[in-house]
Formats: sequence, structure tokens, C-alpha cells
Amino acid sequence: MTPAGWEAVIGLEVHCELRTRTKLFCGCRNEFGAPPNTHVCPVCLGLPGSLPVLNRQAVELAMRIGLALGCRIEPSVFHRKNYFYPDMPKDYQISQYDEPICVEGALTLPDGSRVGIVRAHLEEDTGKTSHIGESGRIHGAGYALVDYNRAGVPLVEIVSAPDIRSAQQARAYVAELRGVLVATGASDGRMEEGSLRVDANVSVRRAGSDVLGTRCEVKNLNSLRSLVRALEHEVARQVGLLEAGQPVVQETRHFDEDRGVTVALRSKEEAFDYRYFPEPDLVALAPEPAWREAVAASQPPLPAARRQALAELFGAARLEGPRAEQAETVLELGLDALVRAAAEAGVDPALALARTANEAAAQAEAARQVDPGAYVALLRMEQEGRLSATQAKTVLAELLQHGGDPADIAERLGLVGLDRGALASVVAEVVAAHPEEWSRFCAGEEKLAGFFTGQVMRRTRGQADGKLVAAELATRRAAEAGAP
Amino acid sequence: MSLAPTASAIAAAVRSGEVRASEVLEGCLEAIDQVEGQLGCFVTLTPELARAQAEAVDAQVAAGAPLGPLAGVPVAVKDNLCTAGVPTTCSSRILASWRPPYDATAVARLVAAGAVVVGKTNLDEFAMGSSTETSAFGPTRNPYDPSRVPGGSSGGSAAVVAAGAVPLALGTDTGGSIRQPAALCGVVGLKPTYGAVSRYGLIAFASSLDQVGPLAQTVEDAAALLDAIAGHDPMDSTSLPEGVLPCHRALDRGVAGLRIGLVRELVEAEGIEPGVRRRVEDAAEALAAAGATVEPVSVPELALGLPAYYLIAPAEASSNLARYDGVRYGLRVDGADVEEMQARTRAAGFGPEVKRRILLGTYALSAGYYDAYYAQAQRVRTLIVRAFERAYEQADLLLGATTPTTAFPLGAKVEDPLAMYLSDVFTIPTNLAGHPALSVPFGTDDAGLPVGVQLLAPALAEPSLVAAGAVLERSAPALPPPPVAASWRLGVPR
Repeated sequence: MTPAGWEAVIGLEVHCELRTRTKLFCGCRNEFGAPPNTHVCPVCLGLPGSLPVLNRQAVELAMRIGLALGCRIEPSVFHRKNYFYPDMPKDYQISQYDEPICVEGALTLPDGSRVGIVRAHLEEDTGKTSHIGESGRIHGAGYALVDYNRAGVPLVEIVSAPDIRSAQQARAYVAELRGVLVATGASDGRMEEGSLRVDANVSVRRAGSDVLGTRCEVKNLNSLRSLVRALEHEVARQVGLLEAGQPVVQETRHFDEDRGVTVALRSKEEAFDYRYFPEPDLVALAPEPAWREAVAASQPPLPAARRQALAELFGAARLEGPRAEQAETVLELGLDALVRAAAEAGVDPALALARTANEAAAQAEAARQVDPGAYVALLRMEQEGRLSATQAKTVLAELLQHGGDPADIAERLGLVGLDRGALASVVAEVVAAHPEEWSRFCAGEEKLAGFFTGQVMRRTRGQADGKLVAAELATRRAAEAGAP
Repeated sequence: MSLAPTASAIAAAVRSGEVRASEVLEGCLEAIDQVEGQLGCFVTLTPELARAQAEAVDAQVAAGAPLGPLAGVPVAVKDNLCTAGVPTTCSSRILASWRPPYDATAVARLVAAGAVVVGKTNLDEFAMGSSTETSAFGPTRNPYDPSRVPGGSSGGSAAVVAAGAVPLALGTDTGGSIRQPAALCGVVGLKPTYGAVSRYGLIAFASSLDQVGPLAQTVEDAAALLDAIAGHDPMDSTSLPEGVLPCHRALDRGVAGLRIGLVRELVEAEGIEPGVRRRVEDAAEALAAAGATVEPVSVPELALGLPAYYLIAPAEASSNLARYDGVRYGLRVDGADVEEMQARTRAAGFGPEVKRRILLGTYALSAGYYDAYYAQAQRVRTLIVRAFERAYEQADLLLGATTPTTAFPLGAKVEDPLAMYLSDVFTIPTNLAGHPALSVPFGTDDAGLPVGVQLLAPALAEPSLVAAGAVLERSAPALPPPPVAASWRLGVPR
């Protein structure tokens, strides 16, 4: 929470690893988790004499991201960013500097707030260093090993305007951006694997002021939770300094996950001079208009539009409360199409959303593969009372695991729902067998409803729908009370 | 004029079955042995690799299989071009033990054309120099006077061809590194259009200027080598998609009707030796006599080339040479932490000239200086390109000296970098423009040292260079054989 009387001003830099088949400048596979140094070649190892050749698919995904964020796609130039680092094979990073591929867009968050996008540019990733030694930390490590599989993996860095005003809004921004990146096919969105990495520029000012304060850059925000914790800590730290009459020093800070605090990494004076200059080994990048248009024409539906479509199923402009949360779950998991398909086939949208956000979401990977026709058919069976809720969940689990026709599955498992008529006759039998209890129930002893339901369940071996039994009991009692 | 058999003579003899490639190779290796002790042309000799390549050619001949245009021709390769499994050092301690896992495209194309790689030639460390004296492995000497330099940075390639020990060599030219040593050693050197030959596998000095090209005894051989290595390479993004036209066919085209501009700034410049200037004027007369229209032209902007080059080239070099940090390959000198290891490695691995240029380039790119130095130099580069464009409205080719002086004594300029840099004052502007240029031997000065004249052409006009170069070659005063020369004839008696 931002302390009262203060306002946070936050801009985020999100690094997104692109889901290309190969790396940005060579033919090595872009794949997470392979044994160390198995996806390497002279180019991505930066061997003497090797030269980069730009990956067309990476350019296309960068354009997709830019278009999804409402950016202009511009002719662009690659630069070299020079600094020494052992996991960077050439000791410079090929990146884009003053002429990035995507400029000036915006992202609208679910709450309606808008965050400007300054730019999005292409660059190569570095390798990964493991410090080996007793402490497991950089200081005191015996030696280090470098895995260059990640070196040269394409990244798009998306730079927001300083439009974000709280840690929670920052979280919402990254979550929504992640949804956009996954929807466009640019990213797998896996923050835990480092597919998305976030740096934050943070400053604070008195509420109502329009002057920008001195900012700090906070690095190592590798989960939504870390992002929120780090930002809340950093904002509180800066406010604390200013309230104590001390200045905020411009510096780069590192978020220590264990301690939940940010610690100074290097000051402005120690900042690297990257000595950017145009990369002479590459030519300027100017995607021809036809290519750009083809990409624009084949953009998939984005989260905002899909969120809108879910709301429309309920006849609402936007969803609120638990339903909004369910909607976010299915959007994030890419299961919203199942909800829409079911609703369009006549299933109650509330039922479709609930089943999808709960049971299907619990097995999201399988749910993304399920035959939508079978899924819709199952929900219809539940809706029409041919399966109880419990039965429907059992069939769904089977459907997600092995596929098949839900009616066949239900029959195979012996889960044939009782229709209203059959249920009524079972209820009648139970009532006839227990006249004394029935009289007391009719006299208002409500707790006996449980007794009758239990008896019905016993006779139907649990296949009756509890809600329908309750309804039948109520109907029967009302009918008797109303009789002369 | 040639001492050793020319490449075209060898290829013809191998093709006809008159001699086997293996026999040619043994003659060549013996010839190298005769001169190497006095000249120091090679960093590494590769007789075993060469024998395998020669045997492969012989097997092709025996099988009646199609032969490449350079079948059986021994070639020396400058040691900044990668050769798979063979040390590739850039004449630097920092790469002294490095063996690349791959061949440079130019090398691979040579071998595909049937050439036989006999070894890796000495150069100024990372091609930074004009005398081959900055090599970490000792200097190469000039066959015309071993107390003098062969020029640089492709000094080993130029000297070994001049001594008649190998008919052809690959060099690289960033600011004159093919043409200047060619001139000082009395051989033909051609810097192709930027992008005509792939840079893949050429260890970068200054990426926007570097080009691979031939050093040869004759213009014909230089053309044949260029034809073999030129052409688009998908591994080099700056490789030209269209490629350069075959040069071989232009050999006999002559110069009749060509307009040739005699560039005042490349003839009358301060510091040019009278013996050099006289030969350039002779060359102009020879071209006129052969039917060309020779007119004086002035391109004052060429004087801006040297200062612009000494900002752009070191700037790119400072970045290109960053990767030699001891982490992955090459020299490593241990330290308490990574930073100290890197610093010690680079301190021990690089020589003084390389360090000087890294410092210059780092400074030129630094925050607050970029606009005044690097960006300004790029604007000057644009001015030079425009100046050439204007000159080529009046002339098809330009003519001037390759170098202001003939070969200078070893050590003469080592302590004076600026004097050394001035050695390339006539060759640098072409690199900044990305144009091709050719240096052809044209007699000697009064001391008997070779003089080179330079022909310059617009982008992709290599065929015109070759046509005019062949005319100059035919009309040039005879060049006496150097005191240090190999003697070998095609093949061995059967």
C-alpha cells in the first residue's frame, strides 16, 4: 500500500522471451531445459569470425506484439550495447537503441486504466551463470559455470510509460501484458522459467504533485508476487527517506526475495557506459508493408476482446466479483472459448463459466486439448438433469483424461442420471416406507429432509441429484398440505 | 612476369594431367622451405592438410570428375581467416592456441574450387598495422630487401607470393591491408567491393570496412581467385545479394574508350616519394597509349579519409575485440575474480598497437564524445562517398599511387604511429566508400624497390579494374626478381 499523502510513479520494462523455433541470429534451437551448452554454435557462442543473421520469425512476433499493443511498426536499426559480462559471449549485446521496431502504444487494463507503451524492441538474451561453491551466492563462490543455451534467444523488451501508480496496478499490467503475449503466440508466459522478466523504475511524490521524483531501477522481479512485494517495499523505502528529510539516490537496486527488501546494486556514477553504436554486421530492418499487413490481418483475439465476449454472455458490459475472477481464470488459461461454445449451445453461462474455471481449469493442459463438442455435450447433460453435478464432474475428469463421448462415459461408469419421473417414484417409495417420519417432516421438522435424502440416495446408490431430491420432497409436501 | 608458376598455369597443367596436384604441392612446399627462414611469411604451415586436399584433387582427375577452376593450385591464407581444426591466431598471443571449429566461407570456397591450402600467413596483430611488425610472432620481411617491411597487414601473404613460393594468397583489407603490402612487395592485390566476398569466418577488425581479397603474381590469377570466392553468402547479412560479375572474362577487354581520372590527391600529396609519383605518371601514359582517356581530377575530400578511418575502425575494433576475455577460448590469465582474470588476460594477450586502438575506439564511442568523434566520422564518411560519386560522373576509373612510399626499413615507424598510419593514406578512402580497388606493380623506384599503382572503381566494377589492371601489367617496366626468391618449376621430373 502506498503511504497516505504519497503517490508512486512506476514504469516497467518487461523482457519477453519469444517462442521462436530458433535463436535470434543463428539456427540453434530455442528450447528451455536442454542439457547445458547443447544448443550452441559458432554464432551464439560469439566465436571469432562468426556473424549474425536475423531470424524472420522473431521479427514477425515482435510485430505481433507491437500491433497488439497499438504501436506503430517502424523501420529499425540494431545497435551494440557494450559491456563485459561472462555469460554474454561477444561482450556486447545486439539490441535496438534509438530506432526500435515498435513505438507508442498503450495497454488498457481490466479495471479500465490505461498504461502507455513507449516502445518495444528486439534484442538477444544472454547465457546463464551458475556460481558453484559453499554459499551458493556470487560472493564466496569457488567457481562459475556458464550455460550458453539461452545466449541468443530472442527477446522483446516492452517499456511502459511511467503511468503506473501502485504495486497492484503494476501486477495487473504485467498480468494483462502476459495475456497479450500468450495470445499472440509470442510467449509461453512462464515467469518461473524466466520467459518473462520484469525491471521496475520507481519514484514517489506528494499526492497531487506533477513533479517526477528521483527514481530507482529495481531488478530481479521474476514473479507477480515478487513484483508486488518489491514495489511495496521500494515505495515505502523512498517515502521513508523523504519523510526523514533524506534524498532518494538514483541507483540500480536488486530485490532480495528471501528478505523481501531491495538492496543497492550500483549508483548512477557506477552505471555502465554502454557505448551504443549501430551494429555493422546487420543491415537496417524495414519490414515491407505487405508483410506487416499480413501479420495485422492474422492477429488472434486479444484478452480484452475475449473478456468482453465473456461479459456479453451474461448481458453485462463487464463482470464483477467472483464471476470476474472466474473469467480471469479461464482467460489466463485460454479456456474461454469452451465457455463461449457451451453458452452458445444453450448451456447456462454461469454453469459453463463455473465448470470451466473450476474443474476444467484444474486440468488446464488437458482442457485445452479437449474436443469442444464433447465438453459442451457434457455441460448440456448436467444442465438438463441427466447427470447430477457430482456425476458431471466424474464424467468430466474421465473426458479430460481419456477423451470420448460423455454419454458413453456416463453409461460405462454406470452414472445414468434419474429423470424427474423416476426420482418421484423413488421418493414415493421412501415416503411410504416411513410414514411417521413423513408426518413429522410435514409438520415442519426440517432436519428430516436429510433423512429422506439419505434414504433416496441409498436406494439409488448415490445417483440422485441432491438438489432435485430436495425439490421433489418440497413439491410433495406442498401438494399434501394443499390437499383437502 | 612471374617467378613461380602462375595459378592459371598450374590449374591448366593439373587439368590436362600433365602434372599431379600432389607433385605441384611438394614443389611448393620445397619453395616455401627455401625462403621461409629469411622472410617469416607463415604463422602455421599445413602440409598434411594440403597433401590430403591435393590427393583429393588427384583422385578427381583420375576419376574424370569435374574439376574446380583452381584445381591443384597452392594457396596461402592470411591467419585472420578461420580454418577448421587449424590454429587461427590473428598473430596475437590471445588466440595463439585457438583452433576454430569451422572454415571461413572464403576458405571453404577456395577448397571447393580445388585450391590446396598450404598454411596461414603472418599479419599485423588483428590486422592492425601497415608493416606486419605488430605480429606477436615476429615480423615478416620484404623479399626485395629483408631489412625492409613487406607492408601490412597482409604482409605474410604479399611476401610469400612476391618470393615466388606460393602463387596465390588470401588477404584482408580494412584500410589498405591487401593493396599496401602488394605495392611494397611488387605483387597484385585486389580489395573487392564491400559485400562482394563473405566475411563469415574473417575475424573482425572493423566490420564495416573489412573485405577478403586476393594477392597474386598476375592480374589474371587475382581475377581467378576473386571469382572463386565472391558471391552471396546467407551467413553474412552484409553480403551483397547480386554479387560481383565474373572478372576473368574482362581480362582482355582493354581500356579503349574508358575515362580514367588521375587523382591529384593520390599523386601530388605531401610525403609522396618522387620515384612513386613518376611511376604513377608513367602508368597514366600507358593507359592513354592503350586507348583510355586520362584526365586529371581532384577529390579534396580524400584528405578527410585518414582521420575518419582512425575513429571508425578503432571504434568497431574496441567492440569486436571485447570477446577476447579469457572466459570461453584463447588465452586465460587467472585472477582473484572474473574482472581481474579478464583484465590480466587482455593485458597479457594484446600487443601495444591493439591496445592503442581499443583505447581510441572506446573513447570515440563514450557518452559525451560519441557525437564529436564517432558520429562526426560517419558524417565525413558520407562526404567521401558523395565525393567519389561526383568523381565517377566524370570518370569510369580513378588512378593514383597505392602508397606514398616504397618499402621502409623495419623499425622505422614503430615508434611513430602517425607516420605508420600515413602509409595507408591513399588506400583508406576506398574502404570508407566500400568500393573496389586494385594495386598493380609498376616498376621500381631508383633504389630498385617495387612501386604499386592503384586503380579505383565504383561498387561492383571489379571487371573494369581487372581490364585496366591487365593493360597496366602488360605495359609495366619489368620488375627484377627479388633477392630472396624461391626457385621451383611446375611439378617434379618424372
